[in-house]
Amino acid sequence: MTNKGMYPWEVFIQSKTGAHFQHAGCVHAVDKEMALQNARDLYTRRQEGTCIWVVKAEHIVSSNPEDAESFFDPANDKVYRYPTFFKVSKKAKDL
Amino acid sequence: MMATNHLFKYVLSLGDDSLIIAQRLSEWAYKAPYLEEDIALSNISLDMFGRANMFLEYAAVIKGNNSIADDLAFKRSEREFTNRLIYEQPNGDFAKTMARQFFLDAYNKLFLEQLINSADSQLSAIAQKSIKETNYHIRHSSSWILRLGDGTSASHMKVQSAINDIWTFTGELFEMTENEKEMEKKKIGVDYPGLKSNWDKIVNDIFKEATLSRPKDEHMKIGGRQGIHTEHLGHMLSDMQYLQRAYPDAKW
Repeated sequence: MTNKGMYPWEVFIQSKTGAHFQHAGCVHAVDKEMALQNARDLYTRRQEGTCIWVVKAEHIVSSNPEDAESFFDPANDKVYRYPTFFKVSKKAKDL
Repeated sequence: MMATNHLFKYVLSLGDDSLIIAQRLSEWAYKAPYLEEDIALSNISLDMFGRANMFLEYAAVIKGNNSIADDLAFKRSEREFTNRLIYEQPNGDFAKTMARQFFLDAYNKLFLEQLINSADSQLSAIAQKSIKETNYHIRHSSSWILRLGDGTSASHMKVQSAINDIWTFTGELFEMTENEKEMEKKKIGVDYPGLKSNWDKIVNDIFKEATLSRPKDEHMKIGGRQGIHTEHLGHMLSDMQYLQRAYPDAKW
């Protein structure tokens, strides 16, 4: 079948209340309601989530891989940007 | 003894309804229009197999004599199955499966909401677990009725013709056998005719929004609860029961 009118949507799942949403994968759907239902059926079958976001893939702005050098390489010798010199409280579990 | 027999028949009929629709929906696996819908239908099928298992395990306990749910599922013949006829109707095209599913989801939502109040604690517990699933199922099936009905002229025609085909089996959902009347009197079972007006409302509202027309309530086909089935059940059982019939009590 040709999936006429179907668009790719990116799916983000929140595993528990308060946690950040993580990219789970993508689904095809014609609109947001269908995207949400398809995401629920594909990615939360084993109780993976408490909340789902779906975003039309075309609305995501991606950096260009060709820009990788100028975007990311300047950070590679700046060790002082890591927060590893601080002690993390044991109570802060979700950092 | 009579009392347990009444309860057994009642629970068995609920198990049969769930089992037969689960098997029908499983026939869509790897054949649905696209991947996401394939998994959605399989999920619903598995929910219904789970529900069938709960009802049939309970029925097996009531029956005693070390019987188990599998005996009830795989070692009874067509005339011993008491599912209503709508559950065994073939999938047809996607529109027909969705029409059948929408009618059943609307019905089961109303039915389970009542069964939660059953005087039988086991039935009440099964209803509480199942209602969450059915609330999702009806969201899925009703959104498809809307899409197909209010979609293209081809999708509208297909879903309207599916509704016209399956309509004759909807009347049986609101019929009561003597046994079911007995169960209702004891507050164990549900008053089926009492579900009709709310079912009509759910169906009419979706039909209106989907620009579909409601067929006339003319001749309604009944008989499933008495074991009088359409020709389709036997074929389905021969498929479903093949392994247990060929290799009784096979284990793996």
